[in-house]
Amino acid sequence: MRESKGLGGPAGNDGKSFERPKQSAGVILKRLWTYLAGCRRLVALAIVISIASNLLALVGPKLSGYAVDALRPGQGQVDFEAVFFYAKWMLVAYLVSAALSYLLATLMVRIARDVVYRLRRDVFEHLMKLPVRFYDSHAIGDALSVLSYDIDTISTMLSTDLIQMMTNLLTVAGSFIMMLTISPLLFLPFLVTIPASILFTRYRARKVRPLYRDRSAALGALNGYAEEMTGGLETIRAYGRGNVFLHRFDAKNAQACEANYRADCFASMTGPSVGFINNLSLALVSTLGAVLYMAGWISLGSVSSFVLYSRKFSGPINEFANLFSELQSTLAAAERVFTLLDEPEEAPDAPDAQVLAPASVRGEVVLTGIDFGYSPDAPVLQGLNLRAKPGQTIAIVGPTGAGKTTIINLLMRFYDPLRGSITVDGHDIRHLTRASLRLAYSMVLQDTWLFTGTIYENLAYGKPGVTRQEVMNAARAAHIHRFILSLPQGYDTVLQDGGANISKGQRQLLTIARAMLLDAPMLILDEATSNVDTGTEQQIQKAMLTLMQGRTCFVIAHRLSTIQNADQILLLQNGRVAEQGTHQELLAKGGAYCALYRAQFEDSNAG
Amino acid sequence: MKHIVSYLAPYRASIALEMVIKILGTLAELLLPWMLQVILDDLVPEKRLNAILLWGGGMVVCAAAGLVFNIIANRMSTGISRQVTRQIRFDLFRRVLRLSGAQVDEFTTPSLISRLTSDTYHVHEMIDRMQRMAVRAPIMLLGGVAMTLFLDPVLACVLVLPLPLMVAGVWALSRQGIRLYTATQTAVDGMVRRAQESMAGIRVIQALSKIDYETGRFDQANRETAQREYRAGLLMNATNPLINAILNAGLTGVVVVGALRVNAGASQPGAIIAFLSYFTMILNALMMVSRIFVMLSKGIASGRRVAEVLQAPDDMLVSPIPASPDHAHIAFEGVSFSYGKAEKDLYNISFSLQAGQTLGIIGPTGCGKSTLLRLLLRAYDPDAGRILIHGRNLLSIPSQELHKMFGVVFQNDFLFDGTLTDNIDFGRDLERDALCRAAQNAQAEFISTRPGGLDGRIAARGADLSGGQKQRVLLARAMAGSPEILILDDSSSALDYKTDAALRRALAHEFSGVTKVIVAQRVSAIRHADCILVLDEGSVIGQGRHEELMQSCPAYRAIAEAQMGEVD
Repeated sequence: MRESKGLGGPAGNDGKSFERPKQSAGVILKRLWTYLAGCRRLVALAIVISIASNLLALVGPKLSGYAVDALRPGQGQVDFEAVFFYAKWMLVAYLVSAALSYLLATLMVRIARDVVYRLRRDVFEHLMKLPVRFYDSHAIGDALSVLSYDIDTISTMLSTDLIQMMTNLLTVAGSFIMMLTISPLLFLPFLVTIPASILFTRYRARKVRPLYRDRSAALGALNGYAEEMTGGLETIRAYGRGNVFLHRFDAKNAQACEANYRADCFASMTGPSVGFINNLSLALVSTLGAVLYMAGWISLGSVSSFVLYSRKFSGPINEFANLFSELQSTLAAAERVFTLLDEPEEAPDAPDAQVLAPASVRGEVVLTGIDFGYSPDAPVLQGLNLRAKPGQTIAIVGPTGAGKTTIINLLMRFYDPLRGSITVDGHDIRHLTRASLRLAYSMVLQDTWLFTGTIYENLAYGKPGVTRQEVMNAARAAHIHRFILSLPQGYDTVLQDGGANISKGQRQLLTIARAMLLDAPMLILDEATSNVDTGTEQQIQKAMLTLMQGRTCFVIAHRLSTIQNADQILLLQNGRVAEQGTHQELLAKGGAYCALYRAQFEDSNAG
Repeated sequence: MKHIVSYLAPYRASIALEMVIKILGTLAELLLPWMLQVILDDLVPEKRLNAILLWGGGMVVCAAAGLVFNIIANRMSTGISRQVTRQIRFDLFRRVLRLSGAQVDEFTTPSLISRLTSDTYHVHEMIDRMQRMAVRAPIMLLGGVAMTLFLDPVLACVLVLPLPLMVAGVWALSRQGIRLYTATQTAVDGMVRRAQESMAGIRVIQALSKIDYETGRFDQANRETAQREYRAGLLMNATNPLINAILNAGLTGVVVVGALRVNAGASQPGAIIAFLSYFTMILNALMMVSRIFVMLSKGIASGRRVAEVLQAPDDMLVSPIPASPDHAHIAFEGVSFSYGKAEKDLYNISFSLQAGQTLGIIGPTGCGKSTLLRLLLRAYDPDAGRILIHGRNLLSIPSQELHKMFGVVFQNDFLFDGTLTDNIDFGRDLERDALCRAAQNAQAEFISTRPGGLDGRIAARGADLSGGQKQRVLLARAMAGSPEILILDDSSSALDYKTDAALRRALAHEFSGVTKVIVAQRVSAIRHADCILVLDEGSVIGQGRHEELMQSCPAYRAIAEAQMGEVD
């Protein structure tokens, strides 16, 4: 009856993306245990309480059996002293058991909270320390589903399923022993019902698993389709094609409903089957018990206790099938968590790594013989040489995919080159601490990144402890101050969802202001191109020029003005530097750059 | 919620039958403890072995009947909920497809998606489980109580007394639990959003060494979530021990009172044993009731969200307005519009286009360019003024007819997982020839170099195409249906200058009879238009041909001059 979480959600909880050599169940449990070990005492206490609570609950029926035995039929025959004695202990046993089981639940919920909190913390911290390479090759959504869905599965297992399992185990074992002590003969019916229920459980598991898989797949496909099409609503309406897509949707809808039906039909047999096995046990135990009682082999109270135990006994056996599949899905979830945690972090800085003090950086950057590819068999850069003197502007131009962004990745050491070296002021960057190297650059990327927080927080992000005045100065220099003041809360306006409530151009200006505030000796600029109106674009350009003053700049350039004034232009083509030089030199050369330039120039004039 | 229930109406008869079967199955199970009592109290003292075996056999038969009836009923209910869910989803998606622009804005797209997916899922669960449990639990509960009353009314009172207490307890706990779970869900959402945000900014975070700061921010959300989960868990885990304690106390009561009754000769020991069995049944029924509450509350919340969409009023009605003879193909007459009905997003727009003419629209981001297109496509109705096509008011043209006229490319338009043919054809069943020609006109020659050509697949949102390739596929879509009117919203911004020029030539030659409305950031894309609108903050600040505007409109001239020296 438990809900299979996530089945209804959009597709993609299979966690295919972190597929790695499978970890054995033992290894996973061991690692989970290291998280539990933090609350070792609580866990030990929980186990003790669980045993105590269940044993007390098991004593109940036995006591009630004794009490029933004291009820000799007929007026005035009842042995009240015995009845009250047993009833009193029955009550005590049950109440203490209930209290203990609540205490146990509290403990387990608390353990679950601690474990889950630490798991999430570790996963997130790890995510933040993963190299950029990881993010370039994995979907964020998969990591998010580990953080929420998978860890949640572990939490449920710890806080509820584990108790259930312990309880079931103890109940089955306890009931079994109790029944045997009451009457081994009366236990005979179970020789029929236990194998029957085990066979049924196994049969069901075999049948149901593929059905559930189909169901998840069909529901996932349907949800994916609904999501996709809802995103295209405006277009579908503009073309008046609603009916076509409605019928395609319905085909998937029918498939999902059918798959769901097939799985549910099977699943809905569980309840009645469990009930049947219970009832069958009751029938057989009653009949046999009556016969044995009649023959004088056992007492009426024993029959009574036995009936109660039998009810306790058969339920959990069938529950086991459910719990086992829960356990499996928890193991799968834990495996995904640990696989993510096993993703190698960014390699630590070299032990002798020096700290690059920003104040003393002159900004001389030299790249020598750089080979690089995101995978070894697909080179992006080959034999790249480049020398940027302090204060120079290096413009990088070339078609998409030529490796322009790659140079940024190498400069910032988000990736290391396969061959060759990069130096800053003569220091090989592999012998510098990453943090100090990166802080020596300001970075303005096309994908502006702002977070949910006030504008002030967003601007001051790179430089904690700056004054409000400094922030405003930077904003003024970036030509965004006036816009910020026009917002209802000024600098305290909260940006929602990464700045979805302001325009793209304004987001760009804010990131420029952030870079200005950082005031690093070197600058990396990825000029934005599309979807910004000309007015804003001019503002952005002005702001960028201010930012570039007196710094060594690497610019992925789209604008003529930036390029013309650059000290060096790199034209990248197919992973190689096709041409390198100043604007004038390259024009004089009459090569690819010249052709590119001419074509553009003609186009803007002749349109 | 009534609305969702009305979907069950056609299955009234089946549901009734199913319930009868379910009741029979449940009753068969309810008979068992009573039969046990008969065996122990009536047959055993008389030593009637055959009768005992007979009644024992009867118990087996009852157990089997319970199995068969319950399985049949469950199958029926699963079948019914399959039909009902399919119908609800179908109607919901159909309604979503017909929502007006304003309605979509109001619901928001993510919310529509979650209504289509997780909400319909919860509604399905509710319909399915309610049919099964909502019948079984009360019958077990009431039947159990009835059977005990029949066995021994006085003893039954001991059992019935704690019931209201338990029901109240379960009720209160569930209500509180639902509240806590909702709060937990909100906290989880917040935490996930925060993590997502940090991951999106990983380059910046690592560049600025802000890992500790981000970890701290996440920690707040994590703590909050863990604490809320803890509170909800504490409460929900209290239910079972509580029910157990109360019931088992009642059980003891039964033994004691039973002893008094047996002593007085008013009852038999077998009855007590049967009682204990009924107790377990009632206990299970109660636990079921508490689960029903949780499920029902989830299902009702989802059902409401689904019904909200289903019952959204049709707001884009066709009204019979007589056409006025007009030689213009498209005319805007004093059109004003506002999304929020507070600030004007478009103010007093008028223009008129002859068939085959081109309208260019230019202006800064947020000046109302795309809004104007949306009004022309009737995603929204203007607040003032009117829009005419061939002299017919837009409000009087049936939507099917209206939308056949257009070929449209929006900014960041929609591509879906499927073949290129599928994406270009867009469900219009166009001739293969037309598709090829359109691809050609859209300069999408890259298609022939892709594996599978036109029949090759592309990923959702065209994720495996470059920006320029996407725009060309979209252009092909717009051009394929031999439209009367082509609407292009910044649809060539990612094309290189050569392709862009070839596209403009194709538009001029192959679509000379088609009226074109082109929104652009670049002057080069619209400089040959018959009429150019320069928009700023929803108002027209310049209107005319390129040469005229270069003279008369300083804003236009500024844009044009700024773009002269661009390399791209």
